[in-house]
Amino acid sequence: MARGPVRASAIPTILTTLCRSASVNQKFHSPSLLRLATFIPMLRFITSRLLQSLLALFLVITATFFMIRFVPGGPFTAEKAVTPEILRNLEAHYGLDKPLWRQYLDYLGRLGHGDLGPSFKYPNRTVNEIIADKVPVSAELGLLSLGVALIIGITLGTFAAIRRNSWIDYLASTVGMTGISIPSFVVGPLLVLGLAIHAGWFNASGWYGPADRVLPCLVLGFAYAAPISRLTRGGLLEVLNQDFIRTARAKGASEFRVITRHALRGGLLPVVSFLGPAVAGILTGSFVIETIFQIPGIGREFVNSATNRDYTLVLGTVILYAVLIMALNLVVDILQAWLNPKVRLET
Amino acid sequence: MRPALLVLLVAVVSFCTAPGCLKRESAVQRGNRDQVLHRGMGADPADLDPHTATNIAEIDVTSALFEGLVAEDPLDLHPVPGVAARWDISSDLLTYTFYLRPDARWSNGRPVIATDFLASWRRVLTPSLAAENAGMLYVVQGAEAFHKGATSDFAQVGATAIDARTLRVVLEHPTPYFLSLLTHPAWLPVPIATIQAHGEAYTRGNGWTRPGRHVGNGAFALKEWRPNDKIVLEKSPTYWDAARVRLSAIHFYPIESVEAEERSFRTGQLHITYGLPFAKVDAYRRNSPALLRTDPFLNTYFFRLNVRQPTLANEKIRRALALAVDRKAIAEKLLHGGQKPATTVTPPGLLGYTPPAGTPSDPTAARALLAEAGFPGGKGLPNIELLHNTSANNRLIAEAVQEMWRRELGIDVTLLNQEYKVVLAERRAGRFQILLGDWVGDYLDPTTFLDLWRSDSGNNHTGWGNAEYDALLFSAARTADAATRAQLLQKAEALMLAAAPIVPIYANTHVFLVQPSVRGWHPTLLDHHPYKHVWLEP
Repeated sequence: MARGPVRASAIPTILTTLCRSASVNQKFHSPSLLRLATFIPMLRFITSRLLQSLLALFLVITATFFMIRFVPGGPFTAEKAVTPEILRNLEAHYGLDKPLWRQYLDYLGRLGHGDLGPSFKYPNRTVNEIIADKVPVSAELGLLSLGVALIIGITLGTFAAIRRNSWIDYLASTVGMTGISIPSFVVGPLLVLGLAIHAGWFNASGWYGPADRVLPCLVLGFAYAAPISRLTRGGLLEVLNQDFIRTARAKGASEFRVITRHALRGGLLPVVSFLGPAVAGILTGSFVIETIFQIPGIGREFVNSATNRDYTLVLGTVILYAVLIMALNLVVDILQAWLNPKVRLET
Repeated sequence: MRPALLVLLVAVVSFCTAPGCLKRESAVQRGNRDQVLHRGMGADPADLDPHTATNIAEIDVTSALFEGLVAEDPLDLHPVPGVAARWDISSDLLTYTFYLRPDARWSNGRPVIATDFLASWRRVLTPSLAAENAGMLYVVQGAEAFHKGATSDFAQVGATAIDARTLRVVLEHPTPYFLSLLTHPAWLPVPIATIQAHGEAYTRGNGWTRPGRHVGNGAFALKEWRPNDKIVLEKSPTYWDAARVRLSAIHFYPIESVEAEERSFRTGQLHITYGLPFAKVDAYRRNSPALLRTDPFLNTYFFRLNVRQPTLANEKIRRALALAVDRKAIAEKLLHGGQKPATTVTPPGLLGYTPPAGTPSDPTAARALLAEAGFPGGKGLPNIELLHNTSANNRLIAEAVQEMWRRELGIDVTLLNQEYKVVLAERRAGRFQILLGDWVGDYLDPTTFLDLWRSDSGNNHTGWGNAEYDALLFSAARTADAATRAQLLQKAEALMLAAAPIVPIYANTHVFLVQPSVRGWHPTLLDHHPYKHVWLEP
């Protein structure tokens, strides 16, 4: 990106200098000016990233709109042929009889008002309704899984780092490698076989009661716990060798305090960078879990919409995921800057 | 760790993992007690409007929500009284007079009357609704003209309400299977007043089928519908024969993955599955034969040969290909679900119709035909492509036939697989040479298979057409005598198979799992199981 006449990173320095001179002169000491010094670059950064995201979103919408149209077969292509008259009526009902550019402009026009259009597969449901109906389910699955992934991953990673090269380290790396290597479509059915079919503790499918959350969240969480544990271990090992840890220990802080209060903050930085793509991955990649466990989430709709050629639902879900991924990346960038002052807010 | 604590921990773990511990009452056990049937239904229904229902799942649910003039017998699906308590048929088989029962009611309490049927049929035939199955009503005089817009006057269509409880239908030509046809969703009555209360009745996307709005006249009423999750129907108190309905509710589960569905069956979440993974049939046959069902089904698998392609335009080559397929090996060694080798396109079991001898497996005759066509031992024959849609079963069949043709005829066939809708688009455009496909009959008559190969049929796709074949079907449609009609159809089928625009492979079965508590779920050719006759024996 082109930069303005004053470098963004220079603004806090200028403002801080101003504040300092002001406080020295004892004329207009202002803590709010100090806050402004850090706030302005942040605002600039967010605005710029939002504009970039909007452009990217527009390109994603345009590419998806035309790509799905060029795929052979349409929403009304079915085993049983309909007469040309019926097909014409169906196409006219959904506006598919208009030229493609016209349909594209119509779509953008509707989108401007937040209307994602009617679904082609579900004649009496709109894409907005389907998304509003399914996103909470996937979000619940995703958040619970993320919780599982963080608890297992950070715990294992921390113990592995503290007891480096001990049995717990080897156990953590074994669990980590297992989680990375065995796909969830193998772990899922295996867990169902053991805990649902043989032990009879859980249902094999569905999303009805709290017990139905256990297996899917474990499977999805386990897959992400593995990289989190590896990243935590690596991050912590690096931090544990640094001077401020030695200082903390020299002060007489307990090992627990050293790890939780001092080391983890820096040690978790790689995990935070990983969280952006991980959250996006958990939400978009929940399709496999949703299919194995028959969870009525948006992941299944996303994949089924493509096979059904449900044009508007394909676009709706793509837009949803695009916005989600962009927002998550932005949040991660901001979080990283907050956790690590060394990271500059680059526009 | 203290020894006592360790012992306690081991005891708790072994107690909890022991079979039976912490096991809850399953949905099936609860269902058996409360007469609630849990049914796996495969695909997710797009809508619960019978007039736009196309897939098997939609037809299944709407069959419980609505009832037509006639209903189906649970054993062999022969027509039994439904909303019509009785009917008269004229001697020329052209005029049907239905007498509606006075106690037939919609789920909102309103009576079901003759004009409800007229308004419903008008809706199906109105072009703006774009009902895929409107063609089902073409047997009624003037229906095709109205549907195609030749007239906008519904009075021209041969259906009249004599009074509130008497309905007369005049047919275009004698149709021996007309009463069976009436159970198809396209013929079911819909509550026009309710539909209009929620929007335009003659276009799609009205929204009247949502829970709380839905009104039907069947044995069950819609209670809950969560797309891609669950559909709940409850016994309808307004149904005229409610006293005989034993199930209190039906829960339908759209589970696309047959593996997930089988796991749900094993954990006691389902009474009946829609399907069964191919690889598990043998295991069930060995270990739990009582749970496995392989029912006959009105479904034939075959290859379409595109006669517009230069190589396949030669009838001798087509016949050689048809004769070289070892159907017995495919049905018995490859598929394990009781499928039967098919030498004809009409499957066995259709009452009153014996299919012709059809296409046997005769590799010697096949080799001779290929030599006659100028390609002895397959030498010089251009490469042929076989297209199928991506699925493990289809791949198995395609590979087996590829090997049979190579071994018996010396022909090299290239296999191509594409995603389902791509295959359909290629088929419509005629961009294929050989295509693996199947057909499920809509009603119990051979014409549900034979009409496909008429030269004007939109489902033919082979490019083959024969005036004599068309004429035989035309005459059969206008023949009132059942035996003569069957002969005409048999002759037509023999003629078509001899020209080999298609190569029949096997008559499919419906393979699924069912809990022993389910009663009244009889094997029927259309895989219809009228829910009012189903119950659970705890």
